[in-house]
Amino acid sequence: MTRLNVLMHEMVPDHIIMTPEDVQKLLAHFDIEEDQLPKIYHDDPAIKACGGKPGNVIKIIRKSQTAGEATSYRLVVRRPKK
Amino acid sequence: MTSPKRIGKIEFGLLSPKQIRDMSVCKVIWPDTYDDDGFPYPKGLMDPSLGVIDPGLRCKTCGQKQGDCPGHFGHIDLAKPVLHVGYTRLIRKLLRVTCRECGRLLLDEEEIEKFSALEDDPYSAETIGEKDIKKERVCPYCGDQQFKINFEKPTSFVEIVTETDENGKVHKSEHKLTPADIRERMERIPDEDLRLLGIDPEVARPEWAILTVLPVPPVTVRPSIILENGQRSEDDLTHKLVDIIRINQRFKENQDAGAPQLIIEDLWELLQYHVTTYLDNEVAGCPPARHRSGRPLKTLSQRLKGKDGRFRGSLSGKRVNFSSRTVISPDPNLSVSEVGVPLAIANEMSVPVRVTKQNLEDMRSLIRIGPNRPTLRDPCGANYVNRPDGRRIRLIAGPEGNCDTVAEMIEPGWKIDRQLRDGDIVLFNRQPSLHRMSIMSHHIKVMNGRTFRLNPAVCPPYNADFDGDEMNLHVPQTEEARAEAELLVAVQENILSPRFGAPIIGGLHDHISGIFLLTNQLKWYNKDEFLYLLKYTSVEHLPEPGKIENGVPYWSNKQAFSTILPNDVSMFYKATCCRNCDPCTKDTHCPNDAYVRIVDGVLISGTIDKKSVGAMDGTILNRIIRLHGTKRAKEYIDDLTKLAIRAIMLNGFSYGINDTDLGKEEYKQIRDVLDKAEEDVAQRINIFEQGHLEPMPGRTPEETLEMQVMKELGKARDRTGDIASRHLGFENSAVVMAVSGARGSMLNMAQMAGCIGQQAVRGERIVRGYEDRTLPHFKRGDKGAGAHGFVRNSYKSGLSPTEFFFHAIGGREGLVDTAVRTSQSGYLQRRMINALQDLKVAYDRTVRSTGGKIIQFVYGEDGTDPAKSASGLPVDVKGIAESVLKEEV
Repeated sequence: MTRLNVLMHEMVPDHIIMTPEDVQKLLAHFDIEEDQLPKIYHDDPAIKACGGKPGNVIKIIRKSQTAGEATSYRLVVRRPKK
Repeated sequence: MTSPKRIGKIEFGLLSPKQIRDMSVCKVIWPDTYDDDGFPYPKGLMDPSLGVIDPGLRCKTCGQKQGDCPGHFGHIDLAKPVLHVGYTRLIRKLLRVTCRECGRLLLDEEEIEKFSALEDDPYSAETIGEKDIKKERVCPYCGDQQFKINFEKPTSFVEIVTETDENGKVHKSEHKLTPADIRERMERIPDEDLRLLGIDPEVARPEWAILTVLPVPPVTVRPSIILENGQRSEDDLTHKLVDIIRINQRFKENQDAGAPQLIIEDLWELLQYHVTTYLDNEVAGCPPARHRSGRPLKTLSQRLKGKDGRFRGSLSGKRVNFSSRTVISPDPNLSVSEVGVPLAIANEMSVPVRVTKQNLEDMRSLIRIGPNRPTLRDPCGANYVNRPDGRRIRLIAGPEGNCDTVAEMIEPGWKIDRQLRDGDIVLFNRQPSLHRMSIMSHHIKVMNGRTFRLNPAVCPPYNADFDGDEMNLHVPQTEEARAEAELLVAVQENILSPRFGAPIIGGLHDHISGIFLLTNQLKWYNKDEFLYLLKYTSVEHLPEPGKIENGVPYWSNKQAFSTILPNDVSMFYKATCCRNCDPCTKDTHCPNDAYVRIVDGVLISGTIDKKSVGAMDGTILNRIIRLHGTKRAKEYIDDLTKLAIRAIMLNGFSYGINDTDLGKEEYKQIRDVLDKAEEDVAQRINIFEQGHLEPMPGRTPEETLEMQVMKELGKARDRTGDIASRHLGFENSAVVMAVSGARGSMLNMAQMAGCIGQQAVRGERIVRGYEDRTLPHFKRGDKGAGAHGFVRNSYKSGLSPTEFFFHAIGGREGLVDTAVRTSQSGYLQRRMINALQDLKVAYDRTVRSTGGKIIQFVYGEDGTDPAKSASGLPVDVKGIAESVLKEEV
């Protein structure tokens, strides 16, 4: 069975797993701890497609109405049951 | 950036009977409060060991005075256990998931395994819910058959016992569970099983949710008040506790006397009722306990819940001093940054001023004047003098007063409360405060009368009108507060709305009509007229006359407007009155004079109307703020409003009933149009009834007919409007208002002069009413225009009885819609504010919550402050290019 890769869809923004070095740079740049990043669940379709695991930081580049293109970063977390 | 302290976890538990007894200082058994001599009964509800509420007495328990003693809990031993209403849900769940015999969770070990934590993640454990357990199964531990448990609101549980006799017949019997039965079952549940259910047995054993002992709150929680006639009036909680103790005592007596089961059960229910209403007097299915007067009692839950409850009312809501409130009325002679304050209010309110060596004499003269300022012309006085030791002296006027003596006493370091005077800065507010422009600071102008006066141009940000609106005024009391009011909250700092990046303050109604009448087409004024127009503006020098005829100088209407513009504004745009002609003549002369050209602060051509000066539009004002800042913008608004009012006064502006009159010819045309439309409708109905109507794709023939009829009648209404507007020109005030955008539309005009048109409910013709017809005036099944809410009369000609009724139906829908919309949007707003209130933009442009968590990495993704943007865009390319090139781009 071929499965749809959601990342291929036009309306799904790019999800890129960041390297640990890049994550450290990011955290230092904003002077934050990892848990102060926005979160994304591990079972999010886009995370499943890009292979992110809990603890990874994902760089998301999406189209923006105001800025043309906007980057944001999210920490993958396990979805709490219920 | 981490916040210094973070909440790790919050533990919610129940008070155990032991804890209740341990913290109790008194076992309350006496259902009364005070005896005839006014002394509290020992072991009564006002026992002196429960705390002090009378000044001068000392607490029997802690020995402290009133105000220092926090109060102490007592307790009531209940004759039999009763349920706590707040925990009925928990009790229901526990009854259903545990065995009625052995108390174990109704899951075997294998099933429990599914809910336990995964090895790598201790937080993945799930709590077991009611749905996870099948009904009426057999206990996997003791093999006992389980039964269905029904919960009957508010506080009773019934077990439905099913038994099969030897013939295989099933007998069902209802068995009511008493709180004592339930408590027994709760006690049997093992600690381990509770943990699986999400309950920490250390702090919340489930049997504690069934009360055997009731805590009695300290008297400080339920103080009694002494009425004027010396009678004591007890708090609602005390009343309720009296009921509980009284029933409890009776219950005990009956129990000891060995009363029949029936009476015991009744008393038990009664005790349950009183304890239930004591905790929450608004439980569904339970009649609220009432005061003797019939007012429902305010018990524990009611103290916390809702708008006036402890959370929303007492903790989030605060009350302030130095504020006042009265009706508002307009005063176009004030600046937008001013507010007129009644003398009576200015006399009452004050600003603290510190006495220094430099102002000592001034302060003395203020004190000598004292608290009375009889007229506006008199200098302000002072109301109080505050000594450095914290004492406060009230100034009293008159020969018996203390003003002169106090004036001699003051020295540097004292503070005096000076009355308000012209120029003081105050905060002005109108509820609902939905955006930041709902509170702005104004400078005071003390006035006669009893209302706050404000320039009508600042109505839009407050959303105020003068049909009885009231507003609040607050006087900042410190230097810092005044500085912030001046620099951040001032009216001119809030001209640009952070909602859409354009001015929210600007001309309205008559300002727009006036400036339109002034600037439309080209007119010439002599010196008298020109001075009349500019009299109230801040213009100090007349421009060179535009032309001189026979030695008499004349100035043009465009020059009049140009005088109030800064001399470096260059703009090019189409005004509101543009008719979108094709092709647009642009630079060459526009027939409507709608093409605005401003070069270096001179209006070359075009009409100034809503697009240029209106609130929420105001393109010129927008440009002035960007070029010259907010102070110049404020001056421009003041000049503009004054010029516009003078312009409208130059010729006068009024409307009467005969302004809606049309000529004979027009009335005939309108009649013809409407007759034709009704005929068309009749014809279509005919086609429909013969079954020849071709339905539109996806519609039934009925729907198709309705749509056609609506369209036809709508067109007819518009045609009458066209006929009417052909007859009415700029000599008609309503046309001026509609074209300039000041108020109303051409549609409103058409309805006054031509035809009101189809009345609709939910976008459809009116269909409801009697059987197959809307009103008994029509035949059954009549589908004609008139029978379904088409009003062919105008407001001028007057409506027929049936038309009037249909019009009322259509009008009511609008009213209902607004009523529903305001309440719903208010709630949405509240929720949104609650969600967003603690977010802020940090110095690195990230949006963060209080915990330093990042919400947006760049504010709005482009880091642009909408109030500093050009209608949402970061850079106003067109505006800059026009300023440089001085021609349209």
